[in-house]
Amino acid sequence: MARITYREAISQALREEMYRDDRVFIMGEEIGTWGGTYAVTRGFLDEFGEKRVRDTPIAEGVIVGAAAGAAIAGLRPVAEIMTINFAFLAMDQIVNHIAKFYYMFNGQIKCPVVIRTVGGGGRQLGATHSQTPDVVFAHFPGLKVIAPSTPADAKGLLKAAIRGEDPVLFIENATLYQSRGEVPDDEDYILPIGVSDVKREGKDVTIVSYSKMLPVCLQAAEQLAKDGIEAEVIDLRTLRPLDTRPIVESVRKTNRMVVVEEGWRAYGIGAEIASRVTELAFDYLDAPVRRVAQAEVPLPYNKELEQMALPQLPDIIHAVRDVLYLDV
Amino acid sequence: MTKELTKDELLELHQQMVLTRRFEEKSAELYAEGKIGGFLHLYIGQEAIAMGACKALKPTDHLLTAYRDHGWAIARGLDPKAIMAELLGKATGVSGGKGGSMHLASSEHNYWGGHAIVGGHLPIATGVALAISYKEEPDAVLCVLGEGTTNIGYFHESINLAAVWKLPIVFLVENNQYGMGTEVARASAVTNIYEKGCAYDIANRQLNGQDVIEMYQNVDEALDYARKEGPVLLEALTYRYSGHSMGDPERYRSKTEIEEWRVRDPIARLEDYMTDKKLAKKADFEAIRAQVETELVEIVEFAEESPNPEEAALCEFVYVDPIPHR
Repeated sequence: MARITYREAISQALREEMYRDDRVFIMGEEIGTWGGTYAVTRGFLDEFGEKRVRDTPIAEGVIVGAAAGAAIAGLRPVAEIMTINFAFLAMDQIVNHIAKFYYMFNGQIKCPVVIRTVGGGGRQLGATHSQTPDVVFAHFPGLKVIAPSTPADAKGLLKAAIRGEDPVLFIENATLYQSRGEVPDDEDYILPIGVSDVKREGKDVTIVSYSKMLPVCLQAAEQLAKDGIEAEVIDLRTLRPLDTRPIVESVRKTNRMVVVEEGWRAYGIGAEIASRVTELAFDYLDAPVRRVAQAEVPLPYNKELEQMALPQLPDIIHAVRDVLYLDV
Repeated sequence: MTKELTKDELLELHQQMVLTRRFEEKSAELYAEGKIGGFLHLYIGQEAIAMGACKALKPTDHLLTAYRDHGWAIARGLDPKAIMAELLGKATGVSGGKGGSMHLASSEHNYWGGHAIVGGHLPIATGVALAISYKEEPDAVLCVLGEGTTNIGYFHESINLAAVWKLPIVFLVENNQYGMGTEVARASAVTNIYEKGCAYDIANRQLNGQDVIEMYQNVDEALDYARKEGPVLLEALTYRYSGHSMGDPERYRSKTEIEEWRVRDPIARLEDYMTDKKLAKKADFEAIRAQVETELVEIVEFAEESPNPEEAALCEFVYVDPIPHR
């Protein structure tokens, strides 16, 4: 075990997989000479050379499509899309092609491509560079969508994605890159894709979240504990396939649930989880499920306005007290 | 170096062209009878391109096409019975009845589809060429597209990247004069499509798509060039006799125009050539036609008698790796 950052954990996963398997290579904008806009692949060009660290033109459609083509022809490409906002330029490749090949061609064509990208707001980048549209991508069967919250999960899940046979969208969060955590040194440290994780046990309320909002939920749980409220915090880790089992088990115990996501509320992750819990554990609920999410506006530039639009720690506390019918 | 085709090879190409035409005519009938669903895009009139081009492919080379793909699948050597079964949505179809007319594929033939989002397969084909280059294999990719596709961003993104990385890929444009119902000059600022290759400084050439021999020889040269030097853009001039798909009212063109192109029919052209060169007689072609009719009966019988996919097929092949639990 070593205590490293989220950025280092992702970098380590990529490096280890590139040493393990010659078929693994990376491609994307500014990943080579520049070292990655978020410095995840710094040093890779010197270490692995131009063949396996491929700077591309600014052309997301062909970055993702060519990575997918290389994948169907037997390689293990990891394509980087600089931010998830630009993934919309490759949306057709991701949803109309990559997510369809295996099924539509009846199991003949496998497309084991990994697309790494970065989502989330809070850094004053304005409406076009601050989105959290994870749920849009999670809508499509055939694609796997991963969004880890800790360095260990990031490493274990990225390695699983690279070694797996299915196409994966791996969504990182820029505000998490500096966060630290214990990460196993084991080169075969693999986490299963599609398994939610209980990050904190509690008996009074279930808080479900993922990625950047997960540590905020853990902070909220600490604060709530001071008032004698024990929150169970569940990290989705994978948005598709979605593992509902630990959530349902938790709600059967706590009878109350709050879902926290950075993206918009409408048609969101919270809506999906609340719906599944209603279907699977309706009789166990003692209060309506509450959602904490982003205000329904394109994210503004001004720092105060931006923070106002994003879900915050007090919003989580407020929602938890609300489902417990406590004074807020 | 231009390769000459033997008499037997020419007769085989003739047989495949006739088979493709009859296959398509039969498909139209089955569509009218309601046995084929969805869209159906016929290849009639364009047969020389697929037959000539695929003749130039090695078994280890790769092929990706758009959705007017029946002729390409036949030319690449897929079993016509399994192609027809796919059109009828049967379990024995090349894509198990899950793909349909526009999504034919066969991994064992390195035929990576049959793609129905215009332009979407160009980046994928570029990636297959990247894999060849990465693995230092001696193969090449043939990526087939319509002329309407050359106005899409993907065309430019893909050719640019293929040129920057010198990838072994031939982009073959089938210019059948219309993108659905819009003629080339109304949609493309450059009407000599092959000239678009100049923008990316890649080798380019315009071909007579009605001439199967010209197609074979040029695609063969282009593939060899691509293996060594990088991407090539070919434009094959052709014409589809049928509408864009079934049920096309064809308000955009005249009967005279269709008749003018019928004079340049690719099958008749090959027959004339072989007769002139005394390589075959009328009786030889008639024998081929009779043989194709027998084969066609077997093809349709196989497709019609094949079972529908089992209910279990519905949720099969969504993911390769098992999902832990729900």
